[in-house]
Amino acid sequence: MSELRDLARRVVERAEADEHVEVYLSRGTDTDVEVYEGEIEKLTTATSSGIGVRVLLEGDAGARVGTAWAGSLEEAAVDEALAQARDNARFATPDDFVTFARPDGVGPAGLQLLSEGVRGTALARKIDLARELERVVRAGDARIRQVERAAYSDFVVEAVLLSTTGVEARYARSGAYLSVEAIASDPAGDQTGWGLSAGRSPEELDLMVAARDAVERATRHLGATRPASRRMSVVLDPRTAASFLGIVGRALSGEAVVRGRSFFAGRRGEAVASSGVTLVDDPTDARHFSASNFDGEGLACRRNTLIEDGVLRDFVYDTVSARRAGVAGTGGAVRAGIAGSPSAGVRALRLRPGSLTPEQIWREVGEGLLVDSLTGVHSGVNPVSGDFSVGVTGLMIRDGELAEAVREVTVASTLQRMLLDISHVGADLTWLPGVAAGQSLAIADLAVSGA
Amino acid sequence: MVPSPLIEPDVLERVLSFAGARGEFAEVYAEDRRSSGASLDQGRVEELSSGRDRGAGIRVVVGETTGFAHTADLSEAGLLAAAEAAAAVARSGEPGARAVTLGRLSERASLAHVLPEEVDKAHRVGLLRRADDVARSQGGAISQVQVGIGDSSRHFLVANTDGLIAGEHQVRTRFVVSCVASGDAGLQTGYQPFAVTRGFEALSDEVIESTARQAARQALTKLRARPAPSGDLPVVLAGGSGGILFHEACGHGLEADAILKQASVYANRLGERVASPLVSLVDDGTVAGEWGYLGVDDEGHPGSRNVLIENGVLTDYMWDLLRARREGRASSGNGRRQSYQHLPMVRMTNTYLLPGQDDAAEIIAQTPYGVYVAQLGGGQVNTTTGDFVFGMTEAYLIENGVVTTPLRDCNLIGNGPAILQRVDAVAGDFSMTPGTCGKDGQSVPVGTGQATMRLTSVTIGGTAS
Repeated sequence: MSELRDLARRVVERAEADEHVEVYLSRGTDTDVEVYEGEIEKLTTATSSGIGVRVLLEGDAGARVGTAWAGSLEEAAVDEALAQARDNARFATPDDFVTFARPDGVGPAGLQLLSEGVRGTALARKIDLARELERVVRAGDARIRQVERAAYSDFVVEAVLLSTTGVEARYARSGAYLSVEAIASDPAGDQTGWGLSAGRSPEELDLMVAARDAVERATRHLGATRPASRRMSVVLDPRTAASFLGIVGRALSGEAVVRGRSFFAGRRGEAVASSGVTLVDDPTDARHFSASNFDGEGLACRRNTLIEDGVLRDFVYDTVSARRAGVAGTGGAVRAGIAGSPSAGVRALRLRPGSLTPEQIWREVGEGLLVDSLTGVHSGVNPVSGDFSVGVTGLMIRDGELAEAVREVTVASTLQRMLLDISHVGADLTWLPGVAAGQSLAIADLAVSGA
Repeated sequence: MVPSPLIEPDVLERVLSFAGARGEFAEVYAEDRRSSGASLDQGRVEELSSGRDRGAGIRVVVGETTGFAHTADLSEAGLLAAAEAAAAVARSGEPGARAVTLGRLSERASLAHVLPEEVDKAHRVGLLRRADDVARSQGGAISQVQVGIGDSSRHFLVANTDGLIAGEHQVRTRFVVSCVASGDAGLQTGYQPFAVTRGFEALSDEVIESTARQAARQALTKLRARPAPSGDLPVVLAGGSGGILFHEACGHGLEADAILKQASVYANRLGERVASPLVSLVDDGTVAGEWGYLGVDDEGHPGSRNVLIENGVLTDYMWDLLRARREGRASSGNGRRQSYQHLPMVRMTNTYLLPGQDDAAEIIAQTPYGVYVAQLGGGQVNTTTGDFVFGMTEAYLIENGVVTTPLRDCNLIGNGPAILQRVDAVAGDFSMTPGTCGKDGQSVPVGTGQATMRLTSVTIGGTAS
């Protein structure tokens, strides 16, 4: 880490007059093991590092930024990146709102997000975890005819962000995952189920959770049919609810709002969701896999309440979008590695849990559809207009109980209506990788298109 | 200028000898990729970016097991360290000696006439501004315009213990316009990509202007859009982006990795009728300049034209090197990888439906009621069940044989084998569309194509009854 910091300092010190430099350096190690029929199918171990540089030129008409990156920390690569970023900046349009972040006095949460367990666990043990996962899934049910993929993967990444505007941040995190895709078969055909367990180190993983999820999801979809098209209540399970919240989160980016690309624009203070909905973005809660001490500009992450009792309270902002909107920054910059520039985005969404178990929610709903997988989220959801249409699999809910499986159906509404139509938020808060935690979510009156 | 090779041949031979002694097969893949991007938003040139990735990926195959490691250090010591890491999967015991002799590398030239590194940045900015002007001039309701240019210039070489050595210079150029239109009923979006495996010569004034016009026109048109229907209807797909249907409905299911694991509805069905006789499907890496074009694939095998379905009968699958070796056959040139940090796998290139005999206007005229899809936006498939979705980003109702009201965005859903049987008309107005295909965390550029065609029934995932 200190080596990265020293290199970052040497780059930043090369800033010229009327120029600011921000450098982001990262170094990481990955391990991926895939097992098939008891043998290792693929084993990847790799270390990679890189640099992202942004140069800001100040001028009377406003500031201009240029960026460059390289997948190497060698001197020549670093020199080239700095020179390119500097040259690129000359071509941007001067803009009074453009600036780099400056320290704002908010201290980081001080979360420990790197577990030594990833580096401390022998490769043989990691391979055994993947093997055992495959074995347990194959033995989990007589109808499991194939395990397409059983995998263990982990990473450790360390990064440093340093700027001439006084920002200095260190990032260190690790993660470990077990994932498995099972195929169940009966005379009517095949169905698939996917299981996952995630943690910051191998010892936090629960192999049985991943295995059970894959087996249960694959087998319970056997014999699935298409229901008739009609409007009904839909219950999203925690995994699909987290996907839904992630989509809503895109429209809560202050950048999307100031650029007129969010259906939430101009609606602060209005009721945008049913009164039971309180949505918080809180990367300082270490239970989120996406928790972070610092945001993508090196400012401290902080807790932001976005929707409170159904009322739209706030958006997440990076430094530039906050200036454009005329508000204070929220430490809400996200950054996609060395090649990405900071932009405003949610990182760790969570709904305030309700009081009902999933079973109680099904009973409350009475007649409807429990959704347990979504497809086509990237193709059928428009976070600008709010149009929402996705393919789903799941189980019908009849008389408050889970009934027959369904497939090849879509559910559709608009994000605006869905938020207002949320009738129950479950108590079953589930921590998942990605930008949102999940829990059962009942939404009234969606169009279900089937036979 | 003759560029020096990424790795000298004698170094490659020594690294392959070392790695090859530890398994049945070893391969070195090295690349040097420069990427650049420029974007304009709200009338401002916001960001020019430049990137460089240079490194090598080494794999060692022992039995059914592949070991893989990558490094940004292209020195002999760096490569040997990566080879050793990749060989960690090898069985214990003293490795034997293995001599590997490589021929001379002759790198295939790119199709580009104007390389991205020769284009000055002011020219890029001019293209962005031109598109912004054109898009905004399409109507006062256009409230936001985003324009982006991305290009990459990639030299790669691949060599393996079979003595294969191959390399290519691939240049890709992409130009994208996104618009938002604001109306009484809220915001609507328009999106138009243009992407080719060529240089900047492809970004003619006409291309820039028509891309911008299309994106703006689409957003403006959708301001009048009504909710899409819910339920099964006949669907006419316009030529071009409709090819995504075949990419999802059967393309992924014809990739040999899914086939060999019995994780595809098309496994064990060679020679069977799997589609309407109007369906002849081809995957073709040789279509010069298309987004999925490749001279050689990322395992060094020449791109080729592979007929997958002929007049409705399944004729072949798509193969990469390892799966082909296992079956004792040749690779079909479908081994692709996102970068040197990724293992190759079976991927599509340009996948298209061969044109038919029908007339596009007639197909619409003979559809009493249905949906006309002018642009599809992407899709997803479960190869095991064959269930897939694809999103429509510009669509209209067909009423009494006439294209009428625009419809709001939604997904269509279907089952691959069932949908392929429902193709009842294919016209001759063939065109292709670029896309990005994601699989197991790797993205590669692909082309899809078809002519105007009709499906007798598809489930429309809208909200209107």
